Amino acid sequence: MQLQCPMPQLDFDKIMLGHGSGGVLTHKLLESGIFELFKNDLLDERHDGAIFSLPAGTRTAFSTDSYVVSPVFFPGGNIGELAINGTVNDLAMCGANAQYLSLGLILEEGLPMQAFWDILVAIKFAAQKAGVQIVTGDTKVVERGKGDQIFINTSGVGTVHPKAQIGFRQVEAGDKILISGMVATHGVAIMSVREGLEFETTLESDTCNLNHTVMQLLDAFGEKIHLLRDPTRGGVATTLNEIARDTRLGIDLWQKNIPVSEAVAGACELLGLDPLYVANEGIFMAFVAADVADACLEQLRSLEYGAQAAIIGEVVEAHPRQVVLTSKIGGKRVVNMLIGEQLPRIC
Amino acid sequence: MSEYRDPELVEKCLEALQKTVTRRWTIMEVCGGQTHSLVKNGLLNLMPPEINMVHGPGCPVCVTPLHLIDKAVWLAEEKGVILCSFGDMLRVPGSERSLLESKASGADVRILYSPLEAVKIAQDNPDREVVFFAVGFETTAPANALSVLHAHRAGVKNYSILASHVLVPPAIEAVMNDENSVIEGFLAAGHVCTIMGISEYYPLVERYKVPVVVTGFEPVDLLQGILMTVQQLEKGEHRLENQYTRVVPPEGNPEAQKVIHQVFETTDREWRGIGVIPMSGYAVRPEFAAYDATLKFEMPETKAEESTECIAGLVLKGQKKPHECPQFGKKCTPQFPLGAPMVSSEGACAAYYHFSQAMEMV
Repeated sequence: MQLQCPMPQLDFDKIMLGHGSGGVLTHKLLESGIFELFKNDLLDERHDGAIFSLPAGTRTAFSTDSYVVSPVFFPGGNIGELAINGTVNDLAMCGANAQYLSLGLILEEGLPMQAFWDILVAIKFAAQKAGVQIVTGDTKVVERGKGDQIFINTSGVGTVHPKAQIGFRQVEAGDKILISGMVATHGVAIMSVREGLEFETTLESDTCNLNHTVMQLLDAFGEKIHLLRDPTRGGVATTLNEIARDTRLGIDLWQKNIPVSEAVAGACELLGLDPLYVANEGIFMAFVAADVADACLEQLRSLEYGAQAAIIGEVVEAHPRQVVLTSKIGGKRVVNMLIGEQLPRIC
Repeated sequence: MSEYRDPELVEKCLEALQKTVTRRWTIMEVCGGQTHSLVKNGLLNLMPPEINMVHGPGCPVCVTPLHLIDKAVWLAEEKGVILCSFGDMLRVPGSERSLLESKASGADVRILYSPLEAVKIAQDNPDREVVFFAVGFETTAPANALSVLHAHRAGVKNYSILASHVLVPPAIEAVMNDENSVIEGFLAAGHVCTIMGISEYYPLVERYKVPVVVTGFEPVDLLQGILMTVQQLEKGEHRLENQYTRVVPPEGNPEAQKVIHQVFETTDREWRGIGVIPMSGYAVRPEFAAYDATLKFEMPETKAEESTECIAGLVLKGQKKPHECPQFGKKCTPQFPLGAPMVSSEGACAAYYHFSQAMEMV
């Protein structure tokens, strides 16, 4: 998806320290750039913060995340849409539909203006797609060498779905574990650029907003959905270990059901990575009551970004706090948390 | 590739193995990649209990001596070189710290997939010295040798390698020469034989009267290799067989061997946890001395002390299983390893750290 907005006329072709000084350059950047691009009633007040009310009687979720991805532009997206989708999805995992976001930008001196603009445009369209407004923000510039082009922080609030009862305390033995799509896609896409590897097919990040899909699932299955998690850093294996630890229950994982695209599986083999530990962006896991699992899977497969969904395991009383994988050939092994960072192996 | 992971084929192999085996046999898989695959696919608990697999020294990261890691750290920190390495090597603790810790404190340590990239880095940074930490078995030797030839031809003067190459056949010899050895058969490492061929193993089979089966890495490969070994053992035979014929021609890869011998010569080599094994490694030949980091930089002689609590040597020789170590899973974990086999994904201790938990559970 290539979405474009014309870049405003600015005096410099790269970010200068002055753009963060609060002076004329900052104003010009804000006035002709950011405010115009993200235009909405709350932002237009141009106050130090946004003032709004949330519908009475609703529960509110609040979440924050920082984005430091390198490279900033990668196949399938850039840090901008990641920053929107990430926080929107964190809220969705709370059962909440994101409404308002803050946007904190830390720019490195020398960042090309065109790159900055492309990121802002990606932010605008990602926010639009997710149905969320950027209502307050901040821009700082750090000296060259003190940052990595651009860091972004977004925080957001959203109203929790009235039927949602989500939390690890709801998880019980017998719950089925659904995954909404292919694993390891985002991490491998980033790694392939970082390592300068080229594959026959281009691997693209699957970054996307999951809030609409999650809200529709909650409409249909409400409190039968016990837990939602997006397996970002540390991948599926680490997230499931966290859940096993918190719930003091065991988790059985079925390798043959875990969806991995052929290209990603091949790349992982080459790089010596285990897809279960690779970071994800555009997928989530749902722990759902066994009696609705099949219906939930069927609906998920009909929803946006859910076509590849699968049931990959279940919660069990046996082996508390451990995640045990049944391999494709029927062998069993314990799947631990990721230790340190995944390093490619030698031979 | 997927046929070598086919559940039905695996089932057939397991049945055949069950029918063949009549008593306990102790078999060593030499290569860490095989250890990893046995554990990752859960094969160890699918096989008949009579099959006792012990895990060999074939994990290059595990056997790289401590003082060499210290030298790599010294080059990165004191000499300010761009130190390039395969990823596995970074987490292995030296006597004071690992390369990963050096990296965190500002040293220029880079993870590469090929030593040729390091030559490119040297060309791009003519004012910096670039050193590639060339560890590995025969498998990685051709690429490392090629990087030296490549640098030589391109006139790149700021590139050198810190070589710690080790060889499989002398390691098998050392394992068998140990009076406490209990090993009755070997799975030889398929990838190594892809380069070197299989002829090196005939003398070993004869001298030690043990079956050696050149074996691949997929579940079906491993089970077939184990089955072939057990069939020999049950009949009281000892032959060299090749399970991995789809990849390993008997003569190996003569071109790759030529490149290796052009740059390297065989030398005595220290193996971490085992000690010096005669003629068990490669060193850079004198005519390429300019590319040998140990000669290029005047390195301080460091006296590296191994942890006295780590029994890596016994584990690497197949005399102890990782979980028989008193520190296993207690003082020594993948997060805080005492010795190298707990670090690399191919190290037997790290593999067992995961597996033994599964055992407790069953």
